[in-house]
Amino acid sequence: MIRSSIFLCCSLVSSFLFAQALPPYNPVTAERLLDPEESNWLMYRGSYDSHGFSTLDQIDTENVDGLVPVWSFSTGLREGHQAPPIVNDGYMYVTTPQNHILAINARTGDLIWRYVRYLPDDLQQFHPTNRGVALYGDRVYMATVDAFLVSLDALTGELIWEVAVEDYYNGYYMTMAPLIADGKVMVGVSGGELGIRGFVAAYDVMSGEEQWKTYTIPAPGEPGSESWPGDTWQTGGVPVWLTGSYDPDLNLAYWGTGNGGPWMGDTRPGDNLYSSSVIALDVSTGELKNHHQYHWNDSWDWDEVSAPLLIDFERDGRSVNGMVHAGRNGYLWYLEREADAINFVDANPYVYQDVFTSVDPVTGRPEYDMTKKPGTGYEASFCPSLWGGKDWPPAAFDPESRLMFIPANDNVCSTMVGEEVQYSPGRSYMGRGTSENGGFFVRPGTDHIGELQAWNVDTGERAWTTTFESQNWGPVLATAGDLVFMGGTNDRYFRAFDSRTGEILWEQRTNSGITGVPVTYTLDGKQYIAVQSGWGVDAQREQNLLNMAKGESHYVPQGGVIWVFALPD
Amino acid sequence: MRKNTNIGSSYSKQDRVAKPISRRSVFKMGLATGIAVPMSALGQSPNRLRPQPGDQLVFEEGPNQDALVRPELLELEQRPLSALARDPATEVLRDGSRLNRVMITRIDSEKMSARYQANAAEGVIAYSAVCTHTGCDVINWDEGRLRMACPCHESQFDIYDGAKVVGGPAPRPLAMLPLEVVDGIVMVAAGFRGRVGFTQQF
Repeated sequence: MIRSSIFLCCSLVSSFLFAQALPPYNPVTAERLLDPEESNWLMYRGSYDSHGFSTLDQIDTENVDGLVPVWSFSTGLREGHQAPPIVNDGYMYVTTPQNHILAINARTGDLIWRYVRYLPDDLQQFHPTNRGVALYGDRVYMATVDAFLVSLDALTGELIWEVAVEDYYNGYYMTMAPLIADGKVMVGVSGGELGIRGFVAAYDVMSGEEQWKTYTIPAPGEPGSESWPGDTWQTGGVPVWLTGSYDPDLNLAYWGTGNGGPWMGDTRPGDNLYSSSVIALDVSTGELKNHHQYHWNDSWDWDEVSAPLLIDFERDGRSVNGMVHAGRNGYLWYLEREADAINFVDANPYVYQDVFTSVDPVTGRPEYDMTKKPGTGYEASFCPSLWGGKDWPPAAFDPESRLMFIPANDNVCSTMVGEEVQYSPGRSYMGRGTSENGGFFVRPGTDHIGELQAWNVDTGERAWTTTFESQNWGPVLATAGDLVFMGGTNDRYFRAFDSRTGEILWEQRTNSGITGVPVTYTLDGKQYIAVQSGWGVDAQREQNLLNMAKGESHYVPQGGVIWVFALPD
Repeated sequence: MRKNTNIGSSYSKQDRVAKPISRRSVFKMGLATGIAVPMSALGQSPNRLRPQPGDQLVFEEGPNQDALVRPELLELEQRPLSALARDPATEVLRDGSRLNRVMITRIDSEKMSARYQANAAEGVIAYSAVCTHTGCDVINWDEGRLRMACPCHESQFDIYDGAKVVGGPAPRPLAMLPLEVVDGIVMVAAGFRGRVGFTQQF
């Protein structure tokens, strides 16, 4: 399973043209990951709690309108550029669609090395993207769309080992940034549209030896298996395709899980544990310690794969060791995390949602308006759309202002009908029939889709909302400069917002639409903001459907560029 | 500091985790256990070869699943069905690669763009099932506009115009498989016209 680079066919092109005074590489230790310095951005959301927040405040509400581009770098690739630039003391690592890794001198924008992966001709990419590297020691890690985990030398880009996590031919693929903790590198798999059985697997961070593998669908006889009839558990989907959060005190990693497959719930009657849930895995053993299912027997393609933000909040005069999740199902979920339990606290809609009729105040279990639940041969319309109130783009949390920032989409809905589908390895296993206009519509009488929302986690109240006519696919960065950074709209802008009011304070039009995760860091004490611009995947897909619905032909150019901004010296 | 470009070898089929349920995996097990598997003169398993001239077509789904494709088994402008080629001499079904799969339907030949009419046989046409964008199976069907559609990214293809791209991000038409009818049976007349599948960017 594990192969050394010595056996692989690699070509290496060296050049000294761009030789720069790069500092010695600063190895990434477990301690640094536990307490990341503000000068770097070492992991997908900057820290294990997934806050997407930086304490840097040189760029603030008073001076942000002076931000200017410092350098940019064209990736030469199309499709969705969603990865954050990961920065470690002057070294920047950026992944792209098709599993390239660019190692860049963060000071100059010069390329240090580029890893290019040959992908099999018979691969199918439902989601042609990648969401970033993980760092440990002097290595770089990437999960690939052909279902491998690769470990590279951070200085040279040479492949140290690669592990076949699963067989792409059977529908497995990966797009997430790996999570490294407790000496392990953890990944989850995509492929819920292709009849997979989802799992999270952990590998020794140095050797690549598999440590554990935990399925998101229990096998017969395991707890929860009664929620899957017959053999449906074998091909029931429930992927894990976004990086988990990690609580080092409990040594638990919290992962969001996808919906069951095929898409229509009536093909798999039951709650379908642990679909559309958050699961807590013991990082030492992989044991599934506890879970909370946001909604049961999904029929709406409402993945709940975004990991909850680990946030301690106030409720009724009590401090809750909690976590918060803006669900694709349109509800904002507040949960309590303990060593042996995940407790429901409360949940309320943050966008228009017409499916849930109630949420049990004790368990959090929703009840449905069954006329809004599509089935095999039964067409139903529902809001929010299959992309949900918030899809994959991560929310952020400012612990000082107590505000959580949600990149939301409101007023768009779906129509779906199920059709019978036969399982065949690696082939589409969604069972969705054809509906008018691709099964997508905008609520009549509404004037916008995209939103940036701010919620006070202690009061549960919404602080402000800034709206956009366009859909919003923008990941969020929050900083101690009272700023929120986000792109996401189809007009190609990258923007800075006043985190206290939502006012747009600065914007820069870029080459393409921005669905990349923004980051911030310092070099020689000076603060920078970096983000990838590169529209594609579901943002483009929604644009196609909006064009059809509105009779328009709005065009968003594709092609990836890394942008770096700073204040003038 | 060096500036390097590493071209990573992505996979070895022997190293991949094989699931026993796929025919392809059964074939690989044959390789591993030394069981004789017919190989073509080129060293490639015949079930992995693209459809060859003289091959028959077999329905892979629908009411006539596993039956030979005949024109009368397809309704005019019906939803395309997936099919695979089969060597009539050896009865090898070319199911060793998803790139071999085609979608077939029946059209009004007189309405077909002239340059593609020769590829149809008594109205039966076959396009590669693999989208030229990112390689997904083109299984959706817009009945009103007679377009094949990809469920992944909404690319749409005009079946009357050589699978010309009429929507979505696909960069090229679907490859077309020329057909002929011999003794009432639909057969492959020539290899794919156009490149099958997506093209990786570098």
